[in-house]
Amino acid sequence: MTPEAAKQDKHTFVLNMGPQHPSTHGVMRVILEMDGEHILEPEPVLGYGHRIQEKMGEARPWPGFMPNTSRMDYLSAMIYNHGYVSLIERMTGIEVPRRAEFIRVITDELNRIQSHLLWLGAFLLDLGAFTPIMYTFDDREQILDILEDVTGSRLTYCYHRVGGVARDIDEKFVERTRAFIARLRSRFKPIYYDLVTSNIIFIKRVKDVVSFTPELARRYGLTGPPLRSTGISYDIRKNEPYSIYPEFDFEVPVGTKGDCLEVYNIRVAEMEQSLRIIEQALDRLPEGPFRNKIPRKVKLPQGDATFSVETARGELTYYLVSDGSDVPYRLKIRVPSFSNLSVLQELCRNMLLSDLVMSLGTLDLVIPEIDR
Amino acid sequence: MDISILPPELIRIVISAVIIIAFVFLNAMVLGYAERKLAGYIMRRPGPMEVGPQGILQLMIDGVKLIGKQLIVPKESGHALFRIAPLLAFIPVGLAFVVIPFSDKLQARDLDVGLVFMLAIMSVNVVAVLVAGWSSNNKYSLFGAIRSVAQNVAYEIPMLLSLLSVVLMANTLSLKGIVLAQHPVWYVVCQPLAFIIYFVAGLAETNRAPFDLPEAESELTAGFHTEYSGMSFSLFILAEYTNMFFVCSIAVVLFLGGWSGIPLPFYAYSGGIWFLLKVYALLFVMIWVRWTYPRVRFDQLLNFCWKYLIPFSLVNLMLTAILVKLWPVVF
Repeated sequence: MTPEAAKQDKHTFVLNMGPQHPSTHGVMRVILEMDGEHILEPEPVLGYGHRIQEKMGEARPWPGFMPNTSRMDYLSAMIYNHGYVSLIERMTGIEVPRRAEFIRVITDELNRIQSHLLWLGAFLLDLGAFTPIMYTFDDREQILDILEDVTGSRLTYCYHRVGGVARDIDEKFVERTRAFIARLRSRFKPIYYDLVTSNIIFIKRVKDVVSFTPELARRYGLTGPPLRSTGISYDIRKNEPYSIYPEFDFEVPVGTKGDCLEVYNIRVAEMEQSLRIIEQALDRLPEGPFRNKIPRKVKLPQGDATFSVETARGELTYYLVSDGSDVPYRLKIRVPSFSNLSVLQELCRNMLLSDLVMSLGTLDLVIPEIDR
Repeated sequence: MDISILPPELIRIVISAVIIIAFVFLNAMVLGYAERKLAGYIMRRPGPMEVGPQGILQLMIDGVKLIGKQLIVPKESGHALFRIAPLLAFIPVGLAFVVIPFSDKLQARDLDVGLVFMLAIMSVNVVAVLVAGWSSNNKYSLFGAIRSVAQNVAYEIPMLLSLLSVVLMANTLSLKGIVLAQHPVWYVVCQPLAFIIYFVAGLAETNRAPFDLPEAESELTAGFHTEYSGMSFSLFILAEYTNMFFVCSIAVVLFLGGWSGIPLPFYAYSGGIWFLLKVYALLFVMIWVRWTYPRVRFDQLLNFCWKYLIPFSLVNLMLTAILVKLWPVVF
C-alpha cells in the first residue's frame, strides 16, 4: 500500500515512537504511519537534544572546542578527538612525535572496540535478549578502566592534543592492554559465538530482513559497517589513510548481501581487526617524547582544510574555514550517524515494527551525534 | 466466638482460600526472587544482595513498595474496565488450585473434568489482558493486548492437542486419575513429542521469553501493562507467575508422574515435596530459557505454531489414537 492510499484508508493510524522509547537509544522520535503491525511510512524527527556544537566551535579559539569533540559521539570520543587535532595539525603544519601517533592509534582502536561491544549488547537487547549486554559490558568495563587510568575520564575523553597526547602511557598500560587483548580473544568463541551468533532465533530474526544495496548506500552517503556490508570496501583507515594506519597489517571486513546479519558479523570482525592493530602497535611502540612543544597561542592560517577519520559508526569529516585568527570562521562536522539514519525511511517502509527496532539497532545510531 | 457453630464446610473453604491466596503470593515471591537471582548468575552478577541475607527479603520490600504506590488511572482510559482488568487477571488463579493434586491426599476436589476445568480457568487470563490493553487507551497497550490474544488463541490449539494424546492413553480427564494411570512409566517416556510441544506452547501461553511479545520491552515499552502502576501492575505479575506455576503443574501431572517418586524420610509429605520439586525444576527451565534467548518476531511466532506445532501435535495425536486402539488387539 502506498502512503497516499493509506491516508484514505481508515485502518491506518499514527504511532509515535519516542522521544522517550527504550529502543530509540536516545531522544529521537520516529513517527510511524501504521497498518496493524506494518509500518507504511517511518519518519524520523530530530533535534530534541541539539546543542549548536558547530557554532560553539566558531565562537572561541580552537583549543576551546577540544572538550566538545568528545561530546558528540560519546562512544567514539577518542576518535573525534583524533580527527579534530589532526585537522588543526594539517592546517598549522605542527609535527607529531612518532610515539604520540602510536598512542593515538592504540587509544582509538580501544575506543572502537568498546563502542562495538556496547552496540553488540544494546542490539541484542533490542532483539529481546537480556544477557549478552552484561557480558559485553563486563568486557567494555576493562577498556574503560584502562583508558581511565591514562586519560582521567571514562567516556568523554579529551586526551589527544595538537602536537601529541595529553599524557604518556606507561608499562602498566601496555601490560593491561595486552591482558585485555588475550581476554577478549578468549571470549569471542565461548560467549559471543555460542550464545549469540549461532543462536537460531537470532539468525532468523536478523537474516535477510533489510537490504542495504550499493546504490542505496551511495545515494544516502551511508558509511561504516552498513556500507561495508553491501560489498563496498570503504574504510578511511585504508582508503584515505591517516596517522600511522598504513604501517599496520589489518583487513577491512566486507559483506556481500547487505543484511543485518552481515552488519553484525562485520562489527564482530572489526573488533578482531582492532585487536590486531593494537597488538602490532604495542609491539612496535617507539620510545621518545609524547608531545611536541607548541606555542601558547597558535593562529590558524587563512584558508580551509578538511580531515576525515573512521569512527566506529563510519566516516567523520571535519571541515574548517579560517580567516587567519585563532577562532575558526566556519566549522562543519559531517557525522556518520546522520547519513546512516537518513536511510531509515526508505529502508523500513512496509516493515514490521519489530524489524524497525532491529534496523535502528543495526544502524548503531548515537543520537547526540546527530543532534550535535 | 465459638467457631464450632459454623458449618464445617464453610470453615474449610475459608481456610483453603486463605492458604491458596497465601500460596499465590509466596509462589510469586519465590519465583520473583529465583528469577532475579538466576538471571544474576546467568549474567555473572550476584543479583539482589542488599535486603536480608543474600537478598531474600528483596521481594518483600518490593511488595511493600508496590502496595504503597499510588494507583494512576489515565484520564482518557475506560475507568471501570481499567480497574477491573487486574482483578480479572488475578481472581481466576485462585480457582485453578482447586483441582491440582499436590499429593494423593492433598487435593481440594478431584473433578471428573479436572483438566478441562484448569485449562478453562487459565484461558480467562487472555480476557484480562485484552481488557487491560483496550481500556488503557494507549496504542502500545493495545498492540500488546492484540498480540497476546492472537498468540494465546493460536497456542492453545497445540497445547490442547498435545494434552489430548495423554488423555487418550490415561482414559480419564481427572488429574488424580491421570497421575495414577502412569504408574509404571511416566508419560514423558511414551509421549516425548507431546511433552515438548506442550512445554513450548506453555511458554507462549504464559507470555514468557522467547515468546514475550505482548510485553516486548524494546518494541512496546511494556505492552498491555504500560499504563498500570502499583498494586494493579503487580496483580498482573502475580497472575503471570501463578499461571507459570499452573502450566508447570499440568506438565508434572500429565507427563512427569505427579506426586510419585522415591519415598522421602518425611513419608507423609513425600508426595507433596516431589510434586513441588518437579514443578520448580520446570519453572527453573522456563527462567533459564528466558535469560538465554532473544525474542522471536510476531509472524515467526504464529508461523511456528501453525506450521510446526499444530501439524506435529495432530500427527502425534493420530498415532496415539491408533496405538491405543491397536494395543489390546495386538497384545
